[in-house]
Amino acid sequence: MRLDRRRLNGIAEQGVSIFVTLFGLLILTFVIGRIMPVDPVRAIVGEDATREVYENVYRQLGLDKPMWQQFLLYMRDVVTLDFGTSIRTGQPVLQDIARVLPATIELATFAILIGAGLGTPLGVIAAVNKDRWPDQLIRVISLMGHSMPIFWTGMIALLVFYANLGWVGGSGRMSQFYIGLVPERTNFLLIDSALAGEWEVFRSAINHIILPAALLGYSSSAYITRMTRSFMLDQLGQEYVTTARVKGLSRRQTVWRHAFGNIRVQLVTIVALAYGALLEGAVLIETVFAWPGFGQYLTSNLLIGDMNAVMTCVLIVGVIFIGLNILSDILYRVFDPRTR
Amino acid sequence: MSMTRDIPAPVPRRRMPQSLIAARNIVAFLTRSPTSLFGLVVLALLILVALFAPLIATHDPYAQNLQATLQPPSGTHFFGTDELGRDIFSRLVHGSRITLTIISLVTVVVGPLGLFFGTVAGYFGGKVDTVLMRITDIFLSFPSLILSLAFVAALGPSLNNAIIAIALTAWPPIARLARAETLTFRQADYIAAARLQGASSARIIWKSIVPMCLPSVTIRLTLNMATVILTAAGLGFLGLGAQPPLPEWGAMIATGRRYMIDSWWLVTFPGIAILCVSLAFNLLGDGLRDALDPKQMNKR
Repeated sequence: MRLDRRRLNGIAEQGVSIFVTLFGLLILTFVIGRIMPVDPVRAIVGEDATREVYENVYRQLGLDKPMWQQFLLYMRDVVTLDFGTSIRTGQPVLQDIARVLPATIELATFAILIGAGLGTPLGVIAAVNKDRWPDQLIRVISLMGHSMPIFWTGMIALLVFYANLGWVGGSGRMSQFYIGLVPERTNFLLIDSALAGEWEVFRSAINHIILPAALLGYSSSAYITRMTRSFMLDQLGQEYVTTARVKGLSRRQTVWRHAFGNIRVQLVTIVALAYGALLEGAVLIETVFAWPGFGQYLTSNLLIGDMNAVMTCVLIVGVIFIGLNILSDILYRVFDPRTR
Repeated sequence: MSMTRDIPAPVPRRRMPQSLIAARNIVAFLTRSPTSLFGLVVLALLILVALFAPLIATHDPYAQNLQATLQPPSGTHFFGTDELGRDIFSRLVHGSRITLTIISLVTVVVGPLGLFFGTVAGYFGGKVDTVLMRITDIFLSFPSLILSLAFVAALGPSLNNAIIAIALTAWPPIARLARAETLTFRQADYIAAARLQGASSARIIWKSIVPMCLPSVTIRLTLNMATVILTAAGLGFLGLGAQPPLPEWGAMIATGRRYMIDSWWLVTFPGIAILCVSLAFNLLGDGLRDALDPKQMNKR
């Protein structure tokens, strides 16, 4: 009984802390939005509007009200999911983002599969061979992934694998002549083309996604490798590993069944966080690969000062990040028997 | 101390300050591992090149020569020329100054800022701690590049604003670290002694706590440098950092992108420069972590 109450308190405390963080996020985006040198009224009415029109829009936007009232208005807009319209596309920002986000999620999901598929075994191998040459080699490989400017690697990879070798598709999500062939249902191209039975489009999409996803995956594998290695080292140093070996289990079974089995929970949380960090790389890689996703939407609006769109993007990234943090927390609770 | 005064010193040798000895030991440890050595060498090279840029550069980094645009690497132009006929090698050499400026300015801002928030939160605890750490958490809930993008968008694209934006996003991990360190000293006897002597909180933090946090904060700053360099280059690449004609490496890659298919050298060399420097910081940070891990130090 007492345990239950403590648990409830814990959940309530976490709820409050999430709420406070979200509130802080709002303040941050509000403040950044206010220090903009771009005049939001001018952006809407244009350069040669009359003074009267200008004043009208000025009042409509609530810019004549004191700061705290403006903030309340902003909060109301956010709560009712009214993020205004994008100046560039002339459509509601939320609608725009719903259109471009699937492309990024598709890319990031592919990338995390590659990153985790590469990083986890490398981390285990490094831990098992601590301080021997495989460990050193893996350390350098993963630090390389962590150190490379991803926009540059993207260009070089395009130059080599697309322009010179012709192994993969170029920029964009699919070849030019396939665009518009597949009805947009989910905006996830791989799913849409599979649903429509357009396997050629599907193949083209795979051909295009593989290179940017591999690069993103490589850069995120650096973090996953390092964490896997340190988790494994913790486990391998414990007595149950020695016991398992003494009772005659093979090295491979000890490492993979026992030690690795125990770090799975921690790994899941790490992968969830790495997934969020991919968003950052996505901004740059999407620019290089002309990938019509969230990152490209953000940067192209940034350059023309479309602040509604930019601030909404930033807010959404923040919310996704907080969401992934909570998710990794929940996963930890669900999978780790000790927290039950 | 009183003991040493009574014994006449046999050798009047000046002893090095303790911190210098420690630094020497760390460097000695670092040079023993090939990867850390690579990091040290690249960094030393970066600093030397930045210091003597005008002597090393073979051409004026801004001088255009429209008769010699997009020349491949050769004896006169080691790394070729760009679309305006400027010498890429010279631009890279001068660009090292920009990289170094970014690193040092960010460090100068981030170190004190993180130390201030961290030590104050850790020392006072309670409500102050909660509020300050909440603020830190909010900043930490963004990927640093996205938050820098937002700040630069708000302040307008330029090198200075990029530096401000990076600094604004890079302090939270430092603050967290300084707070954690402070929490371990807070209950120490020497702090209690200082308090009993009537020292003010500000004095205790400044004189007794900040110096104790410095070593770990320094390492963390080194580790962060790689991220700082990549973020700065990314901002430059997106056109939000250093503006042309400044020879910033990321911006050079952005302009070279248009000529990439026929003139590979435009993007290749600046990219290698960024990769080397950020790899150097990562390897160095890795080595530093080992060097300051007492278990590792004893093993050598």
